[in-house]
Amino acid sequence: MPYIPHTEEEIRQMLDSVNLADIDELFSEIPGELRSGRLTHVPSGISEMEVGRVMTARSQQDGHYINFIGGGVYEHHIPAPVWELTTRGEFYTAYTPYQAEASQGTLQLVYEYQTMMSSLMAMEVSNASLYEGASALAEAVLAAARTRKKVTTVLIPRTVNPVYRKVVENIVRNQDIELVDIPFSMTEGTTDIEAIRAFGKNSVAALVIPQPNYFGVLEDVDALTDLAHELDALAIGLVNPTAMALLRPPGQWGAEGADIAVGEGQPLGIPLSSGGPYMGFMCCKNKYVRQIPGRIVGRTRDGEGKEGFTLTLQAREQHIRRSKATSNICTNQGLMVTAATLYMALLGPGGLRRVAARCHHNTRALQAKLTGIEGVDRCFEAPFFHETVLQLGDQPVGDVLRAIEAQGINGGIDLSVEYPELGNALLTCATETRTVDEIEGYATHLERVISRRSMDPPSTGKVAG
Amino acid sequence: MSDIPSELRYTKSHEWIRSIGDGHLEVGITAHAQELLGDMVYVELPEVGSTMNGGDDCAVVESVKAASDVYAPVAGEIVEVNTLLQDAPETVNSDPYGNGWLFRIEPTDESELNELMSAEDYTAIVEAEG
Repeated sequence: MPYIPHTEEEIRQMLDSVNLADIDELFSEIPGELRSGRLTHVPSGISEMEVGRVMTARSQQDGHYINFIGGGVYEHHIPAPVWELTTRGEFYTAYTPYQAEASQGTLQLVYEYQTMMSSLMAMEVSNASLYEGASALAEAVLAAARTRKKVTTVLIPRTVNPVYRKVVENIVRNQDIELVDIPFSMTEGTTDIEAIRAFGKNSVAALVIPQPNYFGVLEDVDALTDLAHELDALAIGLVNPTAMALLRPPGQWGAEGADIAVGEGQPLGIPLSSGGPYMGFMCCKNKYVRQIPGRIVGRTRDGEGKEGFTLTLQAREQHIRRSKATSNICTNQGLMVTAATLYMALLGPGGLRRVAARCHHNTRALQAKLTGIEGVDRCFEAPFFHETVLQLGDQPVGDVLRAIEAQGINGGIDLSVEYPELGNALLTCATETRTVDEIEGYATHLERVISRRSMDPPSTGKVAG
Repeated sequence: MSDIPSELRYTKSHEWIRSIGDGHLEVGITAHAQELLGDMVYVELPEVGSTMNGGDDCAVVESVKAASDVYAPVAGEIVEVNTLLQDAPETVNSDPYGNGWLFRIEPTDESELNELMSAEDYTAIVEAEG
């Protein structure tokens, strides 16, 4: 799709037709105090060569580390064809085109994506994607609240990614929805189901069920889903898509299945990058299709009886439903969806299952190696997928991670910031991309750092005596 | 000019209201409204037992080209909804004043019915819309 800017002549013609002298007059109804004025901090232009130099220098600031960090986004191998094809001109636009039906190829791809996601989640419906996982969860909470008009409480376990909990809070706090934290078991790392049972029937609109949860731990999703339904609340599954190739998907949880499934689509062929772009996926039971936001592509037949693809159920969207639309987000992450669709098509269900199994295997190996070190213990008893929480005893995790980083290794996430009750807890992850040697290397460096710090504790800065 | 039965009451927002004898009022959308909206694909109905103020949005009719709110013509409690429409929303098109009714409401104050428009007044509104 070519990008053709307006010419001066076209701008002149448009202004003439509405009887305006210039562009500023077009915006004259906006009061002066509401205008931001001219941009003052934007430097003057530089050449392509200089831009290249600046960008290269900045990208090198990230460094090259062997990565054991998970926490919501994961380093996976991305087969070369995924981005070779995604960046072809035919796909290389982030938006569903405004004349969507003119782009049958794009619509077919989105339709294939929806089919794959519905299948992976065992749900009836998928939308065309949202911005990323955290806002997808917020949209799921809003959709659930719409179905329970008089009940405004939504339960979010503390085992949900802290970043997601902040984003959800930010998006729904002015919508008369009360988010309530649910505690977790300090021994298992799983959501405290009894704390949920304390809520009565018809007092909760929805329960968020993470699988695996932020600690990498597997929740008892069947019991949680059934309990949500006992309370007449919707069950919202928040899942890692890779894990769903191995574990039972949300549509099969409990007696009736989760009602809505959302999550971060980044593990499906999208590289790690600071701040994205990533993509959120969203699936639901058919009976909630009118409550979910986002575009939905349907397959149909045209006037000549030929198969074609079309945007459907648009009456939910803001260009028709205006202020009562299900969301002001009616776009999708087209380019990321293209990559995810190609990734899933290339791997197939068997390939995705092998990736998931290898991730789990590597994280087990990592845990075994690291807990073999004196002073390093497993934090939780419950089974995990491809992340695990380790206790470093009296060693502050932040200090240990900095020492490991000096050896070219990103060792994980310091949980003491968000979960001080866990003490010196480290969240660490090994996907299929980590090798036996890299895991050995991590263990060797960690052991050395811990033993050296134990023998020769760093000065606390206090004067003895 | 679409059908506007003389025995019904109407609102500016194109609902019709029929007194069904037991103190309850039956509410639907007019033939004119369903013509404007086109083929119905979905009807969202209020919950039985919910209470409405006059003018509250309490149902949604969705056609292939638009979704439109339906308002409670008077204050009261929803006593029954037309569940037939869940599987056959097109009934609103084919029989707007009969089997296409949306919900029944028990008014808090029966005299409010007299404040609603007559067929004659509603006809004038539809004609003015041209």
